[in-house]
Amino acid sequence: MNRRVRRWFFLICACAIFGLFVSAVRQMPTFGHYRGPYGDILNRETVYERHITDVVTAVNFDWRGIDTLGEESILFLSVIGTLVLLRKPSSEVNDSHDENDTADKRKGREIPLPSAATRVATLGLVGPLVVFGLYIVAHGHLTPGGGFQGGVILATAPLLVYLAGDLKSFKRIANHETVQIGEALGLLGFLILGLPGMIRGGAYLRNVLPLGTSGHVFSGGMIAPINVCTGVAVSAGLVAVTYVFLEHTLETRLRGRR
Amino acid sequence: MSLLPYIVAVWLFLVGLYGIVTSRNFIHLVMCLAILQSSTYVFLLAVGYRIGAGPPVFANVPVGTPAVDPVVQALLLTDIVVEATVVALLLSFAVQVHRNTATLDPEKVVELEG
Repeated sequence: MNRRVRRWFFLICACAIFGLFVSAVRQMPTFGHYRGPYGDILNRETVYERHITDVVTAVNFDWRGIDTLGEESILFLSVIGTLVLLRKPSSEVNDSHDENDTADKRKGREIPLPSAATRVATLGLVGPLVVFGLYIVAHGHLTPGGGFQGGVILATAPLLVYLAGDLKSFKRIANHETVQIGEALGLLGFLILGLPGMIRGGAYLRNVLPLGTSGHVFSGGMIAPINVCTGVAVSAGLVAVTYVFLEHTLETRLRGRR
Repeated sequence: MSLLPYIVAVWLFLVGLYGIVTSRNFIHLVMCLAILQSSTYVFLLAVGYRIGAGPPVFANVPVGTPAVDPVVQALLLTDIVVEATVVALLLSFAVQVHRNTATLDPEKVVELEG
């Protein structure tokens, strides 16, 4: 099928999809008038029954916790897949040369270090970002946030170190065994936290911890530990992925600087 | 007017699909897939929206305050996480394709193999 035929074929199909979609949507409740009932029930009962003030987190980690476990497994498998596909044997890393880098060097153009302003701004932000990420992870059951969001914020801290041009530190942080072990331990922790509920004769992932007072950090039972596990898995996974994507450039630049 | 959010969703879907169909570069293709998937964000949020209602967080407001549907927002979180990791996986496939065939054009890759 050549490009022209394909484009026409797409155009016809797109018109059909658009027509079907609009006719389907016209039968739905009008926009802005959500009719429920599930969302309303959850909004009404979550605070009383689970002592969690952020209903979205409660839905994710309590009401449908097993779905989130599946979601985290997708994340885990994607990270593993990316690492397997991109990681090269260490001998190959040392032999390879980035063509652009060597071409630049032949012309006498070294890659400049980031400016002092960039270094100060990025390295100065690392500390606050780590604290902010931990705060978002730990308060997931109270305000918007949780393991996924906080984990992503935590994973940006090593990237700031990279942006600051501190390549050796970035390599030491991101290529550390802790990152790879943390990725696995995060998922394992989530899996294990589901078991006490079963041991006590209930369902998997059922809450066994005291619920505490709504609105306090130590409340909501198992949500906070599960969020911490998720945060560890997400941040470690993202750091591992960024490292493996940057590995090639990183090695070339580190060699060039020596 | 009440159809507008849904039309935006289907428009994003079709634009992303058009990009995938006509793509000449795997990285561009992956980005188009991300755009296609973002149509589901718009759609899900539109389904659960309620005019004048607040977020489903009752940290500072009493229970019973009108709030939007928390279920679709939780689904959306799943959606975003899966999308981000799948994009990373697909980009690593793109790197692998480039390593093996020295091209990123889907049509050329097919020619080389066929």
